[in-house]
Amino acid sequence: MNFFLQLVVTGFALGMIYALVAIGFVIIIKCSNAFNIAQGHFVMIGGYLGYTFLVLFHLPIGVSLLLAIAVAIILGVLIERLTLRPLVGQADLAIVMMTIALASILEGLATLIWGGEYKTYHGVLPTVALKLGEISIPSESLIGLIVSIVAVVILMLFFRYTKIGLAMRATAEDLQVVRSVGIRATTVYSVSWIIACVVGVIGGILLGGVSGVMIPLAEIGLKAFAVVLLGGVNSIGGAIVAGIILGVLENVAAGYLDPLLPHGGMANVFPFIVMIIVLIFRPYGLFGLVRIERI
Amino acid sequence: MGLRFGTFQEHYAQDMAIFHTKLHWGMLLLFLILLFTCPLFFSDRILTIMTMIGIAIISVHGLNILTGYCGQISIGHVGFMAVGAYISAVLCTKLGWSFWIALPCAGLGAGIAGLIFGLPSLKIKGFYLIMATIAAHFIIIWIILQLYNITGGPDGLAVPKPKIGSFVLKSKASYFYLVATIACLATLLTKNIVRTRAGRAFVAIRDNDLAAEVMGISLWSYKLQAFFIGCVYAGIAGALLVHYYGLASVDQFPFMDSVWYLGMLIVGGMGNTLGAIFGAVSLKLLDELVTIVGPILSKAVAAQAAASLALIARGLIIALFLIFEPRGLAHRWEIFKAYRRLWPFSHEESE
Repeated sequence: MNFFLQLVVTGFALGMIYALVAIGFVIIIKCSNAFNIAQGHFVMIGGYLGYTFLVLFHLPIGVSLLLAIAVAIILGVLIERLTLRPLVGQADLAIVMMTIALASILEGLATLIWGGEYKTYHGVLPTVALKLGEISIPSESLIGLIVSIVAVVILMLFFRYTKIGLAMRATAEDLQVVRSVGIRATTVYSVSWIIACVVGVIGGILLGGVSGVMIPLAEIGLKAFAVVLLGGVNSIGGAIVAGIILGVLENVAAGYLDPLLPHGGMANVFPFIVMIIVLIFRPYGLFGLVRIERI
Repeated sequence: MGLRFGTFQEHYAQDMAIFHTKLHWGMLLLFLILLFTCPLFFSDRILTIMTMIGIAIISVHGLNILTGYCGQISIGHVGFMAVGAYISAVLCTKLGWSFWIALPCAGLGAGIAGLIFGLPSLKIKGFYLIMATIAAHFIIIWIILQLYNITGGPDGLAVPKPKIGSFVLKSKASYFYLVATIACLATLLTKNIVRTRAGRAFVAIRDNDLAAEVMGISLWSYKLQAFFIGCVYAGIAGALLVHYYGLASVDQFPFMDSVWYLGMLIVGGMGNTLGAIFGAVSLKLLDELVTIVGPILSKAVAAQAAASLALIARGLIIALFLIFEPRGLAHRWEIFKAYRRLWPFSHEESE
């Protein structure tokens, strides 16, 4: 029983990391209907930015966070302006390939600048440690949970009540209609990429402080797609619920099934099995909108 | 039609021909002669590069039918290559079959795997299908690792070189002949597949699947056909790859390679048989350039420069093509041909 609980708790931590990546991903879909493969790379860049400001420059946390957010905003504007604006109105494949190209460039740049080594800065961030009975709760799950919930509440209010938030949802729905009522679609796209970058970078800094960052962290982005699909591609709350579900399931499946299999590795493939099942039986996910297509 | 002035087509067969004039046939013959005399002039290193390009061309042709013509985007192509590779490797080593029987079996096996993972395409499309094919790649690699007893798991499997009678295709040159022949046949086959009833149905599904269905095209049948054909090519390319190295290992089939195959398609031009060849050649040559420039750069700038250079270069190339020439090199080639045909005039007189 203890084994099971420990699996659940560590799975919960993993799920929170998935959720952090998935939220950024959902924002881009909600605003511009584009699928951003590079979201995991934003998280990775965030982690390295945190390392640069906190460890190399010895800046206080508040200043570091502000600087990192500033860099994220610049990054978001540059990415949107240089790579995605020329593709507005193009087919899905062009946009997905562009974000893959972007992921490749970001990974290359990160390797060039930070050398691609494992970096961590334990003890710099305030940590929370909790113990429930014999089960220790890892601090990443608590931090992840707090940040995710705060982010979700802010974003939900943002999308429901602010003018720009509503404009974003409308833009995703129909670009032509939005333009004809006088909403500046280009601003909407810029803002959406900025938000995605900022969310990713904040997540990365937290992650770096707790479990460290390295280049393969970006690959979590791929697994996070299973989370996004399970939760429904345009539901921010769904991303969190699905993140927790998938993180826990993955860990439990790995804990119990790996010893039975000759070569283990259940954790690497489990999200993808879930993904295929979701895609076949419920393509719009748990909380997503059901769309009907017409000619 | 980019034909020379004074070329007339009086029959349907002439209109449908791939090679219209005697000049075309002459150029084809010249190209084939040059291609098959390459081993006489070039070193083993260049032959290796050309062999790799040939294998990439076969694989990209498959992806082109699936993604370029039928519009079913797949980022799991390397997974299907791995299926073909392992089927051929296991048949040759464990059952002692001849390479020449194992190769078609590899294609068939990969095609069937394609059918299975193509099933979600009946319900989903666009990005969702991309995700399903990504999942397919990871599931396939995982299954290969699980079948430890047959596939050797992470250690890989030693594969014999193919042989004709008692002649073993051991040298680089002999293997180059094998790959070049299959690549030429694959090109011819692709060119013909897209001209058939199925090929036209693929294009209709790509352009608007709902409209295609209304017109009486069975989406169910043709989407699966596209998956099957595309994955047969992948399986054969995968089998050729492992028989070349003499070793089948999952490390030869990394996920990112699927992305680069799609990149080749974009750089070359989607839905264009010539484009697949252009793309495969240019991106493979870019890789070679990076391996030459990388060490120099890492000495001059920083140690990690070489590792990051390949990633940045590939990403930049794909991004630039998406922005400035989404129709790829094949479209540039058409423009160049029209320019050459009309020279010294800039455009045709409109009627």
